[in-house]
Amino acid sequence: MTMTSPIVEVRSVSKIYPLASGDVVALDDISLTIEDGEFVAIMGPSGSGKSTLMNQLGCLDVPTKGRLLIAGTDVRTLNDHDLTRLRLSTLGYIFQRYNLIPLLTAYENVEYPYILKNRKQDDTGRVWQLLESVGITRKMARHKPAELSGGQQQRVAIARALVNEPRILICDEPTGNLDTKTGLQIMNMLTDLNKKGNTIIMVTHNPETAGYADRTVVIRDGRIVV
Amino acid sequence: MKLFNDILFTLSVRSVRLNMLRSILSALGITIGVIAISAMGMLGANMTSVVSAQMTSMANTMTVSPYTGGGGGGPPGGMGGSSSDDSYITQKQYDDIYQIASKYGTVYALYSESDTIYTKNDQEGRATIYGLDADTMKSVLTVANGTYPRSEGDVVIGAELADRQDLDVGSKIKIGKEGEGQIKVRISGILEETGISSSGLRADNGIVMTDDLFTSFYGGEGEYSQVTILLNNVNDSTEVKTALEAKLNKREDVISISDSSRMASTVTSSISTMVSFMQSIAAISLLVAAVSIFNVMMMSVTERINEIGILRSIGTQKDEVMKMFVYEASIIGLIGSVAGVVLSFIVGYLVVAMLIGDTTYFFAWNSIVYLPIGMVIGVSICIVTGLYPAWRAANMDPVEALRAD
Repeated sequence: MTMTSPIVEVRSVSKIYPLASGDVVALDDISLTIEDGEFVAIMGPSGSGKSTLMNQLGCLDVPTKGRLLIAGTDVRTLNDHDLTRLRLSTLGYIFQRYNLIPLLTAYENVEYPYILKNRKQDDTGRVWQLLESVGITRKMARHKPAELSGGQQQRVAIARALVNEPRILICDEPTGNLDTKTGLQIMNMLTDLNKKGNTIIMVTHNPETAGYADRTVVIRDGRIVV
Repeated sequence: MKLFNDILFTLSVRSVRLNMLRSILSALGITIGVIAISAMGMLGANMTSVVSAQMTSMANTMTVSPYTGGGGGGPPGGMGGSSSDDSYITQKQYDDIYQIASKYGTVYALYSESDTIYTKNDQEGRATIYGLDADTMKSVLTVANGTYPRSEGDVVIGAELADRQDLDVGSKIKIGKEGEGQIKVRISGILEETGISSSGLRADNGIVMTDDLFTSFYGGEGEYSQVTILLNNVNDSTEVKTALEAKLNKREDVISISDSSRMASTVTSSISTMVSFMQSIAAISLLVAAVSIFNVMMMSVTERINEIGILRSIGTQKDEVMKMFVYEASIIGLIGSVAGVVLSFIVGYLVVAMLIGDTTYFFAWNSIVYLPIGMVIGVSICIVTGLYPAWRAANMDPVEALRAD
């Protein structure tokens, strides 16, 4: 145990999907601790349960058994409203498919979680600052996601993930849809963010990408192998 | 809070705009439904207003006719032609009626008989002959051309009869078949057209003579075909009717009383039945519109599953997602309904002008109220039908939704 309490604590967590043909155990009694400021990569073949684990860590889903503490809160005790609130304020998401809201401009996409949290539009210039820091110009920011390249969309997504100053960044294959060069830029951006103190949990099947992390957790058949 | 709502509203507006054609088509459905409901409602209200205005002018008339068994009633004055020898109102009954009803208005008895007439060039026709007291005649009928009967063989005739038979003041008519007793009379005046009678007799197509002339020709003095009561106050009708029935129909029914205020209400209620029927047909068009809105909203939800997943995963609450889709349905509903109201105003006016031909009452509250009613119904239907799709969107599992293409 370290002096500070860990930001993520997974204790004997199982996720079981009941099916007519029999229960599917996606996560089988997993335990894992992630310290504040760590950069952890989660690897594993498809079907290994790494996506399921990510969904639990990202509070998009709750475990069937065990204790999952995110920033000290046991997510199994939260109702949907509080879980949603946790996703809004404590977690930031970066997806493989960028997942920007197609109807909003790049700027509005970044501002959206800010409005949800603060119930007002951004008048501090934070959104512009973030966009600038990920290399999105004001001209680009006025475009809809479909009018931007993949790399640009992922930069906007990073800015969006950061807008509410989350304690944990959840990255699901952040470079999966990008070319090598752009992927490299994105990874450098994430490394910088980690150096500034952000905790990053990243799912990937690419060992090279995983190499950026401090630590790699390998999952197979719902269990942690390494 | 207001600005916060704004971003969800912005999303809804953009979604409507993105699927412009689809949104317009379903709004059009609502528009048509609103027009149908409002225009029908206005048509009904105007019809009722026009008819009841016509009715009120004659609602003060009560007609007492001999009881013939079975359903009495019939329009006032219409009993004239059907009077037969064995059913009449006696002088004694008339006196009773007069005693009771005279303090409420004018009471007069009349004779009537349907008979064959011969006009110019012995052209045969048929008309109702009325016999009226000379003074009564002056008070209940108006001569448009000529004078009231001045000498014994004088009659006045209705405008329509005069027009049809091409008769004029001074023309001669023969009444009755040759050989069965016939008299020759002179037209001294032509009556003003009365339309639906307010005097208790339908003189437009009739011949009116003095009671003396009538009884000298047909006999049966003191055997009246009907007694008419012109009430000073319409509200007295029930009271008069009750009093008359208590007095005259004490042992057995000898008279029947038809009162046109009842008829007016019957006509009004049958109009409203008809209007309800038309409106229920109009409601079907709104139902079709509702199905279309439902379909559009379900499509919008299905197409945006992935987006819903994103919204939920980055921290949008269920009720906020729901609100977004309800906004969308409301926007479509509002656009459709506003267009519907504007068009209803025009369509309603045209329909009323064409079908009723009288737009006096179009701007009256009971007619114009159908515009806000139509609008409220249109918007409500959109919101109600949008609720389920919105609820489905809100309750989607974020993980599943994110996985969707």
